[in-house]
Amino acid sequence: MTTAIAPPGKGRVVRAAGSVVRAAGLAPAIGEVVLVGERGLLGEVIRLEADVATIQVYEETAGLRIGDPVTATGRPLVAWLGPGHLGATFDGLERPLDRLAAAGAVHLAAGRAGDASAIDVDRPVGLDLDRRWAFVPSHSPGDRVGPGDVLGEVRDGPIRHRILVPPDVGPGTVRDIAPADATVETQVGLLALDDGSTVPVRLAHAWPVRRPRPVVRRLAVERPLVTGQRVLDMLFPVAEGGTAVIPGGFGTGKTVVEQALARWSDADVVVYVGCGERGNEMAELLATFPALADPRTGGPLLARTVLIANTSNMPVAAREASVQVGMTIAEYFRDQGLRVALLADSTSRWAEALREIGGRLEELPGEEGYPAYLGSRLAAFYERAGRAVAVGGPERTGSVTLVAAVSPPGGDFSEPVTQASLRLGGTLWALQTDLAHARHFPAIGWTQSYSLYLDALGPWYAANVDRDWATLRATAIELLARERVLLDVVALVGADAIPDGDKVVLEVARLVREAFLQQHAFDPRDASRPPRVQVALLRAVLAAEGGLGRAIEGGATLEAALAAPVLEELARAKTWTGEDVVVRLADLERRVGQLTAATAVDTTESTGPGAEP
Amino acid sequence: MRLSSVRLTGVERIAGPIIVVRRVADMALGEEVEVVGPADRRHGRVLEVTEDLAVIQVYEGTFVLEAGATTIEPSGEPFRLGVSVSMLGRALDGRGRPIDDGPPIIADELADVAGAPMNPAARDNPVDFIETGITAIDMLASLVRGQKLPIFTGAGLPANDLAARIAVGSRLIGDERFVTVFCAMGVTRREADEFRDAFASSASIERIAVFLNLADDPAIERLLAPRCALTLGEHLAFDLGLDVLAVMTDVLAYGEALRELSTAREEIPGRRGYPGYLYTDLATLFERAGRLRGRRGSLTVVPVVSMPDDDITHPIPDLTGYITEGQIVLARDLHGRGVEPPIDVLLCLSRVMNAGIGAGRTREEHRVVADQLYASYARGRELRRLVTVVGEAALSPAEHRILAFADAFEDAFVGQGPARRTLDESFDAAWAVLRTLPRSELRRLPQEVLDARYPETRP
Ligand SMILES: Nc1ncnc2c1ncn2[C@@H]1O[C@H](COP(=O)(O)OP(=O)(O)OP(=O)(O)O)[C@@H](O)[C@H]1O
Ligand SMILES: [Mg+2]
Repeated sequence: MTTAIAPPGKGRVVRAAGSVVRAAGLAPAIGEVVLVGERGLLGEVIRLEADVATIQVYEETAGLRIGDPVTATGRPLVAWLGPGHLGATFDGLERPLDRLAAAGAVHLAAGRAGDASAIDVDRPVGLDLDRRWAFVPSHSPGDRVGPGDVLGEVRDGPIRHRILVPPDVGPGTVRDIAPADATVETQVGLLALDDGSTVPVRLAHAWPVRRPRPVVRRLAVERPLVTGQRVLDMLFPVAEGGTAVIPGGFGTGKTVVEQALARWSDADVVVYVGCGERGNEMAELLATFPALADPRTGGPLLARTVLIANTSNMPVAAREASVQVGMTIAEYFRDQGLRVALLADSTSRWAEALREIGGRLEELPGEEGYPAYLGSRLAAFYERAGRAVAVGGPERTGSVTLVAAVSPPGGDFSEPVTQASLRLGGTLWALQTDLAHARHFPAIGWTQSYSLYLDALGPWYAANVDRDWATLRATAIELLARERVLLDVVALVGADAIPDGDKVVLEVARLVREAFLQQHAFDPRDASRPPRVQVALLRAVLAAEGGLGRAIEGGATLEAALAAPVLEELARAKTWTGEDVVVRLADLERRVGQLTAATAVDTTESTGPGAEP
Repeated sequence: MRLSSVRLTGVERIAGPIIVVRRVADMALGEEVEVVGPADRRHGRVLEVTEDLAVIQVYEGTFVLEAGATTIEPSGEPFRLGVSVSMLGRALDGRGRPIDDGPPIIADELADVAGAPMNPAARDNPVDFIETGITAIDMLASLVRGQKLPIFTGAGLPANDLAARIAVGSRLIGDERFVTVFCAMGVTRREADEFRDAFASSASIERIAVFLNLADDPAIERLLAPRCALTLGEHLAFDLGLDVLAVMTDVLAYGEALRELSTAREEIPGRRGYPGYLYTDLATLFERAGRLRGRRGSLTVVPVVSMPDDDITHPIPDLTGYITEGQIVLARDLHGRGVEPPIDVLLCLSRVMNAGIGAGRTREEHRVVADQLYASYARGRELRRLVTVVGEAALSPAEHRILAFADAFEDAFVGQGPARRTLDESFDAAWAVLRTLPRSELRRLPQEVLDARYPETRP
């Protein structure tokens, strides 16, 4: 088989501590999967010295003894790729958590000692082995095929799931292929390769999780991953095929952003990796997703989603596997010609797993105890994102957009994982603890955050959203920057001491923050907004600068101008719904821009309906 | 249960809470052992095995043990706690042995205290609102069945008192009460007694199991005590279908015990000397909270976490916050001003609140009322800061109203005093302070809610 390394060998445990075990008597390869102890705990060889192999074990090691058997499998750690991922939940090793739960496994036992959670390195047990798929071939016997070519397809929820020649197989000739009511293991065809060997065609194939799946060529980004979140789509967009980093202290909203993207972003497939985070967050996704509709297809949202749940109390080594498994599945869907969003929450927990394993290896630690290779590991991971032309025909273009949460200790961004991630990510969504405490959500700071994709995406926005998007965006950012400077002044001399024009800037900036940037994830009317509605609201908010300025020039006091009912409308406009909301917002923009002294409300009287223009 | 009668006499090295022994062919990782010294028997756990050595952590410490005169007796299995519903009403030590005058405990079953991770796909989403009787919590950071919600506190602040009030006062809608598993980790006897007295005075003493590892008890046993408490909690919740509240105090002392052990093992220290696996270790405690689909009970965990020097970025509160589903934070200045309980709501959060509130659970307008209270209070606090620089005179009339709101919010809404408030009473308290603001200030409240709850003609 293509992924084999060497014939299996037998060894024994000579040392064990935590998730690191040493074994003698094996002659494995680095990266080879081994089964440790009587229960066959899954492990991976990470170091070789003379006769001793060091193994990181992905499962709980309590109970291991010196002399316990260790069996090499001859394989690297693989993900099984085929139909059946969509709508399902896996752990970091691609074990089917939902099916295990249905079979009564409420707690996860270690090892493969006969129970349902058995991991079989030779069979795609993560995929439902009993489920049947209607395979429709697109080739006939005698056709020439090469690596990555589409051999046929099955229907997998909302997508046409293409069955590919594995990218490292071929070229050759189709000897045999036929429509079939097949499981992922059924042989639906046979390829005769040019080297004289034959390879059976099945719906699922294995791919080593640490090896990026090849592509023909990488493509430049050209459109955003539309998220429905105003602060992201309007101010700091991430490109489809790009990478975004979300660092933030605890409780600042990383998971809420990741989940919003899982719900509302316009990806074809979402791979959500909960890495070292909470079990209840996964339960929440599982409880709410079935009732939600896919924003593009109208089908059930879960049907485009793959969940990988490696919670914080599971053995640490598997955290590292979980992000690689997630990435490999994402690449596989990319190779189908789909737009995939890989949402990883949180990559810090993965980095900490590297640190913990490194510590047990007695490696010389780098900064804050992280191994010196932290940066290169992260880089290798980020590099797997991107837009690309897939290997094989017919030609397919797909993408993996990576959105990685980072959990800096103490919320301090100067720590190694955040810093290494910032060097790699194209967009930064910097979550600020002070904004979260002030309940400004999403708590994405506008001074620190950035998007390196603005120029690349400008034409798309101009053509699809608003030809003035770049200018409007710049205006909003500049307004917020002026607010910052002015607030410093106010803190020194008081609000009374600054000129009216500056007071207007402060008020409009406040509107930008409260009426535009703040977006309530739990308000069904506002949780997600299409870009055209977003930009219409932004226009209406920015129109307040002209309107308020004119009202004050005309002799109104600022308080009176601010009490104009149209501003009250503006403050609530983000919850407007309905078909005509863009039109209504355009009308609001006009009315806000036409504020005059006459529309100002004398606030010394009790509130009543103000004079409309 | 002694499966093996092997006695190992080759103690190689004794350092802090660690013993290194020779000839260990038959010891398993994580196995429980007895450490027999000249004067007493102690307990240990195997942390590491090599071909000729084993590293053992000794819960009672190694003080006055001598290498020559110490032997090790393996048990052949990990430490298991005999769990039983009859532990309710009892006082137990950090290993779950009775320390009161009651009869011996007959175990329903033996359970490995390390626990096994819950299958995330078998979890039930926490959605059932718990009425704690504490207004700031019920209205703004609601506790939900199966949640883990810590109380962050500083030296001298009444966190244990608040935890006891939550434990005694918590009700599910429909008036069902909780049983409590209390675990003292390194607190003083006075603090533990205060907690017990709170139960005794509410006649709830038969609803609580108390695990005590006090400040003068062996430090390393602190690593075991919460695992025992949670193991009992899981039994009561998932085998017997009870709603269980586990209160654990103080996580800081737990973390310090872990640091002591890590230092003795000469591991590479992380932040402030705590081991790099602190996050994972704490997660193996707190993640045991939850509910399981198709089962009745629940385990809700309320740890108390001291912030050294009131520093919320200290690794213990910081990592706790990264694991738990929100936090309740006590503030020194509120305490100083007599606000009781002194909860700083701006720092508080309940991440699962949203699923637990609203129509059919609490009240339809719960979310927007909470948002409005937060927004106005946050603005009041901001203005207070400003006033210290520019003086009150510089504020507009509207800003003065917000300042007054912030005061009323702290004194009347948060500062409820010793009385328990029902949810209705808490909502009344919320509207009472909201009505001090004009309607135009209440932009987070939809018109319908305002029309229903804030009549135009106000008193
Ligand atoms: N857009 C939003 N709208 C409303 N509330 C929000 C929003 N974003 C965050 N919050 C609030 O902040 C809380 C914390 O968010 P979240 O759980 O995403 O934090 P986090 O950064 O993932 O924290 P941790 O690192 O501890 O996992 C949420 O439970 C919610 O109450
Ligand atoms: Mg999170």
